[in-house]
Parts: sequence; C-alpha cells; structure tokens
Amino acid sequence: MGSASLAQLHGLFAVYKPPGLKWLHLRDTVELQLLKGLNAGKPRAPKQRVRFLLGPREGSEEKELTLTATSVPTLTTHPLVCGPAFTSLKIGVGHRLDVQASGVLVLGVGRGRRLLTDMYNAHLTKNYTVRGILGKATDNFCEDGRLVEKTTYDHVTREKLDRILAVIQGSHQKALVKYSNLDLKSQEAYEMAVRGVIRPMHKSPVLVTGIRCVHFAPPEFVLELQCMHETQQQLRSLVHEVGLELKTTAVCSQVRRTRDGFFTLDDALLRTQWDLHSIQQAIQAAAPRVAAELEKNLRPELDGQQLPGSGQPWDSKGLSSSLAPESRPGH
Amino acid sequence: MALSAQQLPRWFNSVKLGSFINATQITKRFPRPGKTWLYSFCAQPQMSSDNYLLQRGFKTYRTSSLWNSSQPTNSSWQENNSAQSTLLPSVNEPSEKTQHIPSFDPELSVEELDDLPPLSPLEPISEQEAIQIVADPPLPPDTFTLRDYVDHSETLQKLVLLGVDLSNIEKHPEAANLLLRLDFEKDIKKILLFLKDLGLEDNQLGPFLSKNYAIFSEDLENLKTRVAYLQSKNFSKADIAQMVRNAPFLLSFSVERLDNRLGFFQKELELSVKKTRDLVVRLPRLLTGSLEPVKENMKVYRLELGFKHNEIQHMVTRIPKMLTANKRKLTETFDYVHNVMSIPHHIIVKFPQVFNTRLFKVKERHLFLTYLGRAQYDPQKPNYISLDKLVSIPDKIFCEEIAKASVQDYEKFLKTL
Repeated sequence: MGSASLAQLHGLFAVYKPPGLKWLHLRDTVELQLLKGLNAGKPRAPKQRVRFLLGPREGSEEKELTLTATSVPTLTTHPLVCGPAFTSLKIGVGHRLDVQASGVLVLGVGRGRRLLTDMYNAHLTKNYTVRGILGKATDNFCEDGRLVEKTTYDHVTREKLDRILAVIQGSHQKALVKYSNLDLKSQEAYEMAVRGVIRPMHKSPVLVTGIRCVHFAPPEFVLELQCMHETQQQLRSLVHEVGLELKTTAVCSQVRRTRDGFFTLDDALLRTQWDLHSIQQAIQAAAPRVAAELEKNLRPELDGQQLPGSGQPWDSKGLSSSLAPESRPGH
Repeated sequence: MALSAQQLPRWFNSVKLGSFINATQITKRFPRPGKTWLYSFCAQPQMSSDNYLLQRGFKTYRTSSLWNSSQPTNSSWQENNSAQSTLLPSVNEPSEKTQHIPSFDPELSVEELDDLPPLSPLEPISEQEAIQIVADPPLPPDTFTLRDYVDHSETLQKLVLLGVDLSNIEKHPEAANLLLRLDFEKDIKKILLFLKDLGLEDNQLGPFLSKNYAIFSEDLENLKTRVAYLQSKNFSKADIAQMVRNAPFLLSFSVERLDNRLGFFQKELELSVKKTRDLVVRLPRLLTGSLEPVKENMKVYRLELGFKHNEIQHMVTRIPKMLTANKRKLTETFDYVHNVMSIPHHIIVKFPQVFNTRLFKVKERHLFLTYLGRAQYDPQKPNYISLDKLVSIPDKIFCEEIAKASVQDYEKFLKTL
C-alpha cells in the first residue's frame, strides 16, 4: 500500500550523477519517480459516510416513518475526485556536484534529511578522480572553454609530476593542522597525527588531504585526490595550477567523485535504478552503516579535540590499522 | 395555536418570495463581502431588525410593485454574484431535498404576518413531524473543490464512474461551474452518445472528457458539421475516432480552422494528399497545437542542419513527432551524432529515430561502444552497427547482441563517465 511504502522511505541513499545534468534536475527527477511509484500502489479503501434515511419502521402496522442510520459509500475519497494520494516528497541533497562533474551524490528522504546535516557536521573527506590534458589553457579550466594558451609538454615526466603533487600535499597538510584548532602539545593530538587523521571539524577553505597520480600518458594524466570543503571548480583550478608548476599548461576534462564520506561507487544508483523499489532497498542497505559512522563521528568530543574519521588517507591506511592501538577508552 | 404542516405552504410561498426580495434590496444597499447564495433563510436574522420594521409597513406595496421585476432582479443578482466570485456559487440540488419543507425560522417569517399567531419552537409537535424536519448541514455555497458536491450531485457521480478526472477540472472554476449546472440526462448524455457514435469506447470516454471538458459547452450541430467536414476530406471513421482519441481538442476547432491547418501542412511539406492524411492521423496533435514551432523546425532542418527537402519529407513521414520536437534538443542531438559520431546526412535520414531519443542514451551507448572498440557506423565496412539498433532497443538486448558484453559491464562503465 502507498502509505506503508512511504513509511519505509526515510533515510540516506546515493545516486550516480551523470555529467551534463544539474543536481536540482536530478533531485526533481528522483522525486517524480518516487511519487510515481507511490501513487501506483494500491489505492486507499473507499470511505463511507453515515446518513439518516427516512423509511417505514419494521414490525408496525401503520405507515410509521423512522430514521435509520445507514453507512453509504461516498465518492469524496475517490482518487479521481481528490487527485493522487501523494503529490510531493521532501528530498534533500548532500554535497552538491556542478553540471559537468559526475559521481556519487548523497540524497536524503524524509527523516533522512536530518542525517544529511549530521553528515555535513562530520566533515568527512571525499575522493575524486580528476582527468587532465596537458598543452592547453582555457578561461574556465575546462575543455570547452575559450582557448587562452597552447604550450608544449615534451619535457614533462612522471617524476616531475609526482614531485609537484607531493609539494601540494605537504602544503595542504600544514593547512590541515592549522585549521583543525588542535593543541599540538597534547598526547591525543600526537597520536592522531601519527595515525594521520587530523582534520578540521569546522568551516575551512579547501583542503587536499592526499593527492597522487594514477595514470600518466602525455598529454593525458589522471589524478586521484582526497579533499574536504571543496568545490569542483576549485579542483579544476588545481589541475590548471599543476600545469603551471610543470612549466606547461593543463585543462581538466573530467571531475568524478568516487566516494562521499562512507558512500562509495558501489552504493550509487544509476539512472535506470531511480525507482521506488531500488531506492528503498538502497536506503535499507545503507542504514546500519550510516548509523554506525555518524555515531562514531559525532560523539561528544573530549577537551574540544577531534575524533578519528573514516576518511583516512590511503598512504597511512595500512599503518593506522596495525600501529594505532585503541588507547582511548570506550572509542 | 399550532400551525399544522398543511397550512404552512399556502402563506409560506408568498413570504418566501417577499423575504427574498427584501434580501435583494438589502444586499444591494449594503454590499456584503460574502458572496453567499441564500440556501436557507437562516441568513436573515443577521440583518438588523430595523429594516424589517421599515419594510413591514410598505410590505404589500413593495411586493406588488416588485412582483414583475422580481425575476430580472433575481437573475441579475445571480449573474453579478457569479461574475464576482471565481468560486462555485450554485448547487445542483438533488430532487429529494426540494420536496422537504426547508427549515424555516418561525419567529422571523411570522413577524411579517399580523393575522396569524406566532409559532413558537417550544410548541410540541408529533414524532412523525419531528422526523420529517430535514436539518442536514447545508452545502457550502462556494468552495474550491468539487469534493463537497460530489455526493449530492448525480451529474458528478456519473462522471466519476465514467472515469473523468474531477481533481483537474476543479482547478478551472468556469469548467467546474459548468459541470455543476448541467443536467446529466438533458445535456451531457447527448454529447456522450455523439462521442460513442464517433467510435470512442466506453473506457476511453473518461480520459477524453478529463482533457476536453469544454466540449459540453459546444453545440451538437457544430460538432456534427466538423465530423462531416473531416469525412468529406476522406478520413475514414476509424481514422476520425483515432484522431479524436489522441487529440481530444480536435472537435473544438471550427471547420475553417481545421481547413487552414490541413492546408498549411499540405503546402509546407508538399506531400501527396494521402501521405498528409496518414501523417495527421498518426499525430493529430499537429492540428490542435501551435504552428509556430513547426515552421521553426522546418527552417532548422533545412538551413541549420542542412537536410534537403525530400530528405525532410522522408524523415517526417517516418517520425511525425520531429515536427514538434524541441529546437534546442534537436540541434544538440544532431551536433553529437554528426560531429562526434561522424555519421553523414544520408545515414541519419535512413534512421530518423535518433531525433526521437534522449541525448544521454545516444551518448552513453556510443561511448561504451567506443570503449569496446565496436563503434563502427559505416555500412561499407564489417561489424556495422546501424543507428536504429543503437537507440531503439532496450539495454539488455543492446548489451548482449550489439556490444557483446554483460549488463554489469555496461553499468560499471557508466560509473566511470
């Protein structure tokens, strides 16, 4: 029944936003598909109303009239008279993606919208795959922008690129520590720094917690980076800056988000799966993980310090699981 | 002295009219914000007693002088009210109610008659009379929804059973007013029978009327003339039924308008009469929609996309929807298909379905085939993939037969775009 399905439709789920689609249109499309599914369910049972009808009394010889209460069906709740049972749904969007970017986009339905705020306050990192092309510079850092400059790129090697990315990561590391407002002299801060999980829990400028090159075939190269508090245009400008550091120019051809907090590509629903049943299943599958992660991240902080987050840079991932004992009680 | 129920009607009718006219006079002098149609005369106690005192002396004079003008004032007041309010002022009362004695206010009505003693509500009446007093809550005089009237109006009930969507009609107040005032037996039945003669099935009447509820305000003779005109243009009966089903507003167009439209399409496309007829039967929306987008699209095809006239004719006879497609989407699709997929004009002409599909579908499938190395659209070379197979078949069959990959691979690929 429609209302039973609506009762299950509360929580977070992730969709894969294709490039070229505005996030608002995506949210509206998902809402329409969910409404279609809800209205297609079994309609409500028709209501009845009580009428007092005048009729001859039974068991009397004369023609005596009496009022009898009868329940007659009424058309006031018929769907053709009232309209469809569901006309709007409250769906919220998590961290937004701009038109040309693609990737994991978290949506919240009903009571799940509250969890979106919790996710935002957890300040988890996001993974991006950024594809760049050497030799061109445009005004909006994308391939379709107005061409500003063309350069040669034969001198660019993998080592140079890696060196530059390491410099970028180092400078952002300093910023990470600065914006996390930690007292570096404390033991907890030292342990967290060892594990590499320092990150700001309040608003900060864009921070790249990790960046590396996964594919290099000039003129194309692919970077994988972890960041927080970013916009996709800032990532494109980052590609442009990498090109400048390499003494050439670069434009960004693709920005794709592969992970948003604890939602990965595997959880993301494709366009063909944007219907009531798949979304309900996705919400139910993600619910325990969402609850556990949010609880871990939003537990009250001790002495204003940070808690370990799930977005750990991958170069210290192996280290953190083996080296860092659970020294803090109860965590 | 108790008045019996039989005595009441004799003087009551005169009182009814008299008090109604008074109400007319009063509302004209004191314009009220509420546009209420006086269903029961319980509204009268709200008026000040001064007016009644004033009018009682002149009552006989007034009723006689205003008797002749009562009908016009009545109707003009009604029209004023219905013009002012955008809501539903009148109710098609079911027959059973009018037979009952409407609830009267004994104090007020009897005050005007000096000869009869006042009837007190504390007078004992018999059980049978008490039962016969109908005190149902009154229907709301104006409302925004037809839900309030549907249980009391036979017309609305029959329409709902036919399948007409009242929730959309109530958004248009004039249409809702019209439906309430019509009587099923007299007006609506004639039109329904006419539609059935035309060839519409019972279950198709509901969706038709939901779209074109204005057909009830059309004259039956006009409708018959239009059908006769279409038949004179050699449209078969089944064709006309199909056209009316797909474009419900067709019969609301006058004969000369239909003539103009048919003439336009014949001149614009320069097709034979039979082909124009087939085109219009397939997409009757062409006759009821605006002609500006069609003119624009023809210019786009010829000048911007560079198709020759015979190519356009061929494409339009295959896919009539191309004439009313969105110009921006057309140009984007053509740009991708011609420039990115490098498909020349003569092959696009063979498969005009590509203009009818969503662009993202074409893009995704093309990129998948390029990734697999199977993107070959030249008929001369081996492993040729035709455009209609690219766009018109469902995902599962496309993956298995054309791309020769599994659906999971396709989904994984889509997540890398």
